Amino acid sequence: MDTRTFRVFRFARDDGPSRFDTFEVEAAPGDTVLDALRWIKIHHDPSLAIRHSCFHASCGTCGVRVNGREALACVTRVGDQDEGRVTVEPLANFPVIADLVVDMTSFVQRFPSPHPAARISEFPTSPEVPPGIDEYQRFEDCIECGLCLSACPVAATDDTYVGPAALAYAQRILEEPRGADVGALLDWADGDNAAWRCHAAFECTEACPSNVRPAQRIMHLRRALTGGRDGGS
Amino acid sequence: MSRSEDELDVIRAAREARGPVLRRSPGPTAWFDIRKTGTGHWAFSLNRITSLGLVLYLYLHLAVLSMLLGGEGSWHGFLEIATTPVFLGLDVLLVFGLLFHGLNGLRVALVGTGIATERQKALFWSFMVLGSILLLGAALHIIGSD
Repeated sequence: MDTRTFRVFRFARDDGPSRFDTFEVEAAPGDTVLDALRWIKIHHDPSLAIRHSCFHASCGTCGVRVNGREALACVTRVGDQDEGRVTVEPLANFPVIADLVVDMTSFVQRFPSPHPAARISEFPTSPEVPPGIDEYQRFEDCIECGLCLSACPVAATDDTYVGPAALAYAQRILEEPRGADVGALLDWADGDNAAWRCHAAFECTEACPSNVRPAQRIMHLRRALTGGRDGGS
Repeated sequence: MSRSEDELDVIRAAREARGPVLRRSPGPTAWFDIRKTGTGHWAFSLNRITSLGLVLYLYLHLAVLSMLLGGEGSWHGFLEIATTPVFLGLDVLLVFGLLFHGLNGLRVALVGTGIATERQKALFWSFMVLGSILLLGAALHIIGSD
């Protein structure tokens, strides 16, 4: 068991400006950042606000920045952090409610409205792939963790940009509309703050823990906007 | 079980009573977070820096050309400064900015139209190798012309 220094972002709405608190944490290399945060909460400071649920990268609630990089705390190992000190911050480009907990409202509001269903059933009843689709790459894999929006450099300077997750979602609907209004969706994606604001940094794809590949999907969406309009990948 | 609007109003009021959330204003400083080590991130940041540099150069270039209005003597005086090692170094920096911004812009344009989307990183590094070769040739030419 090693002792690692954790530097954790702190903010409380009735407690003045934000700050960083430092904690010495006993952590084995295989322990996750979420384990360490829970250790801090139990042994040092029960007031530390963290959000988590499933512990296996499925719920998307424990997104944070670890040493500046977006990550799910539950699957980010302490032993993989090269720096001696591990700095944990809330996701960027989101309002902070408390400590490491951000308000996801703005993330959800970025999605097109009305918001057609991307998922009807958990498993496809037929293994056949519809015409125009090479293979299933389900946007349903998105766990809505917000890591992509936090990593996006465009979102860092413009909070009106709808961001990678919403655009990837739109492309997923285009791929398989299931009765959705494709024209309205394309008009939405063609808007001032949508597909054309992306600058192809691909940081969203790097950050995505669920292989949604938002940047590639935005590029396919652009291709649909400039002619194909099938949105296929 | 879904909550009624009245219950949601109570929750909202309770949240607001605790004071405002922390809204950290987005800004260009986020472009230069050195902890972001991804190729895409620093390519994006460098593209912005070079774009600002090139805009600055455009105005500088117009200012330099306006020296011609001052007659032959004024222009020759400038040429003496323009052939100093420091100025030639700035010329090489200008070529770097042009090459990086142009080639990375070409990558963004190609990828943005669906070309090499799955190989954008390889495309980026290919352009960077090409740019480095062109920069080396340009640098030798500029310094050799001294």
